[in-house]
Amino acid sequence: MVNVTLAEFSNRFVYAAMVTFTIAMITFAISMAATRGRDLVPAAAAPAEAQSGGVAVATRVETTLGGPNDGALPPGRRSANIAMSVTWLATILLGVGVLLRGLSVGRVPWGNMYEFSITSAFAVSLAFLVLSLKRDLRWLGIFVVVPVLLTLGLAVSVLYTDAEQLVPALKSYWLVIHVSAAVICGGAFCVGAAVTMLFLVADAGERRASAGKSYPLDWLARRLPPAASLDAMAYRIHAFMFPLWTFAIVAGAIWAESAWGRYWGWDPKETWAFITWVAYAAYLHARATAGWKGRKASVIALIAFGCFLFNYFGVNLVITGLHSYAGV
Amino acid sequence: MTDLRNELTDGGAPQLSTQPVEVAQAEFGVSGWLRWAWRTLTSMRTALILLFLLALASIPGSIFPQRGSNPIKVNQYIIDSPTVGRFLDKLGMFDVFASPWFAAIYLLLFVSLAGCVIPRMIAHWRILRSRPPAAPKNLSRLGDYQVLPALGDEMPQEFLGRASDLLKKNRWRVDVHDFDGETGWVAAEKGYARETGNLLFHMALLCLLAAVGLGSLAGFRGTVIVREGSSFADTRSQFDSFQPGRIFDDSSLPPFSFTLDKFTADYQRGGQQNGAAREFAAKVTVKDEPGASSYDKLIQVNDPLDVGGVKTYLVGHGYAPTFTIRDAKGAVVFRDTAVFLPQDGNYTSTGVVKAPDTVPQLGLTGFFLPTAAVDQILGPHSTFPAPDDPAVFMSAWDGDLGLDSGRPQSVYKLDTSHMQRLGIKAMRPGESWALPQGHGTVTFDGFKQWASFTVAHDPGQGWALMSAIAAITGLALSLLVRRRRVWVKVSTSAQGDTVVEVAGMTRSEHASVSDDVDALTADLTGRAISVTGQ
Repeated sequence: MVNVTLAEFSNRFVYAAMVTFTIAMITFAISMAATRGRDLVPAAAAPAEAQSGGVAVATRVETTLGGPNDGALPPGRRSANIAMSVTWLATILLGVGVLLRGLSVGRVPWGNMYEFSITSAFAVSLAFLVLSLKRDLRWLGIFVVVPVLLTLGLAVSVLYTDAEQLVPALKSYWLVIHVSAAVICGGAFCVGAAVTMLFLVADAGERRASAGKSYPLDWLARRLPPAASLDAMAYRIHAFMFPLWTFAIVAGAIWAESAWGRYWGWDPKETWAFITWVAYAAYLHARATAGWKGRKASVIALIAFGCFLFNYFGVNLVITGLHSYAGV
Repeated sequence: MTDLRNELTDGGAPQLSTQPVEVAQAEFGVSGWLRWAWRTLTSMRTALILLFLLALASIPGSIFPQRGSNPIKVNQYIIDSPTVGRFLDKLGMFDVFASPWFAAIYLLLFVSLAGCVIPRMIAHWRILRSRPPAAPKNLSRLGDYQVLPALGDEMPQEFLGRASDLLKKNRWRVDVHDFDGETGWVAAEKGYARETGNLLFHMALLCLLAAVGLGSLAGFRGTVIVREGSSFADTRSQFDSFQPGRIFDDSSLPPFSFTLDKFTADYQRGGQQNGAAREFAAKVTVKDEPGASSYDKLIQVNDPLDVGGVKTYLVGHGYAPTFTIRDAKGAVVFRDTAVFLPQDGNYTSTGVVKAPDTVPQLGLTGFFLPTAAVDQILGPHSTFPAPDDPAVFMSAWDGDLGLDSGRPQSVYKLDTSHMQRLGIKAMRPGESWALPQGHGTVTFDGFKQWASFTVAHDPGQGWALMSAIAAITGLALSLLVRRRRVWVKVSTSAQGDTVVEVAGMTRSEHASVSDDVDALTADLTGRAISVTGQ
């Protein structure tokens, strides 16, 4: 039933990925430290004016890690490139780990929190790498690699479960549909929250700089793209993921109907999925409400991500409900 | 942004979004106040606050046990801490999702939503049938603006016709203002599906609420425990518990019946998850109606029995030991297979046997252990859920069972207030126990398994699913489609030159029309040109 050898190989690959991600993290950190950073006060126009001129504010803003490209590699660029390659390697190792885990039990590798976590970490780093093919996301690297490492660390230490078969309730093709949608959302919400936090840092940095005040996180704000472009990116991630999150909940409801005899029963997991949904809905509405745009809306997005995290860790580990399965 | 919007609305152009604009209120009096109240309720800010409240109000529902899903836990909570428990109960904390305050929040939210969405639907309907707005006077003020090279041999009107055809081919809605010697333009708009999707999503939520309401009013839910070899017929009296909706009619219960032939369970042996369930299956013989031919069905956790929309789900299982009681002369006076309820994951089960026809009446209470073990701390308990080494630990009582008092009794509890304990005994299948004082013998014959089923019908379910699909479709459209406008304008400058301008705008958040403007420019000039932009 369970191929123990494959499961052990899977564990080794996950550990190897963690080591590699750690190297990537350090290299990203070096790159960030070496980067000159940008001037937070725009030379010509104040940010407000840039906003009023164009509806297309943020789409074409080039990210600026490493400064202008004038032939020779700017400071920090070489280590950023190395870090990207190392991240690719780590992601491939993790992908093999996830794949072997699935092969060892002959099913999709998301039957418990350990498997869910490693799959989620893989989804996050893969999504980051795929997106980075189209645009320069090197500045984001460390903020993706750190949560990936934290997730993996938690997975192998606290959440680890031996490779086993599933409880009867999980034996359904909805496991593939519902959980994969939730995994993707989890990964994207994580990146969305990271970008939102960076927006808050860059925004505060730009505001303080315009007002001539000092800012303790100035060193970080300088090394980030302009706040407006971070805001746009965070919005796009959330706007793209919200329909998928809705789908994940609906798919869960359809599954619940065939497993438990009702499509919605306010089980703690369902309740918190609903709370998370409402919180992200509030974020999207806040962006269209006068007086709530920008920082306030961003805080709502972070609260929503907090709800998501609680739904994953809090509800699984603290509250018992129908979503509690053997070996968490 | 403000000047841009003014310019567009001044020119008679409708807004790109039909989101209501909040207008300052000057008039007072009753109608003024009512209008103010309605405006406030239907404003985005109120909707936002109500969304927060809805999220906040759901939290206690996940912290405190809920009657709807776990009534036993609620009773236990109130017994354990009566003061706090009763106070919380008064607040509705054990019925959060059926409480008036939770209903107040979502009803207000849905009224607010309807009040916001319905006017927007009307406005959007008008926009869908109107022409794209005229070109603003000063195109260069738009974000995406390009000046094309001179027309060459092409006449202005010809050029506008070509632009219009190009745009139409790319599924833009187009309006042409013919060249009048001084100026002429083509206005085009695309992406109406954004607002359509937005409205669809919000309307779908209203339908979803209606579908949930329909399900809880007209549906029903019942649970029943069936032992192997026993039958269940779908009538109200056969259910152990039955929760009908307010307008549920008994005659709508389809008259099916089934017999539980065999229940099988498979468990993990060894490893971290020792004892975890791996397979549950209830083999039943079903008759869709009395007199109909019967067929076999395997009911499993993700595979319910469906008879005419009424579904039967396998939700639990346990053991039912069989006891025979003989009197002092050896004649059988009682035989029953009693349902014992599992108390832990290894199916340490407790239950009661009542023999009302013996003299005096006899009662047995105790444990059924599928894999028996006894230790100092846990007492008799089971170490594995499968019946590897089954045993019962029973204590026997004689006296008055209290069944004649007329008070309803639980079949799982023995009222020992008028009984005396005769002794306690462990038995393996087939073993007998000679009761003291010549009360006869109790034999543990063996055991059967039982399965519990939920039988449910939710007439709103199909509607809920359709609403959910509509909601997701609407969401995807409203968040991924860009609503945008482009204009192509030919005009004669003061110097007598012909100037060709292309410009675009979008109000969709963080979207851009530059790709549309670039593509249009390239198409119009026949090549990708280097352009003079802003």
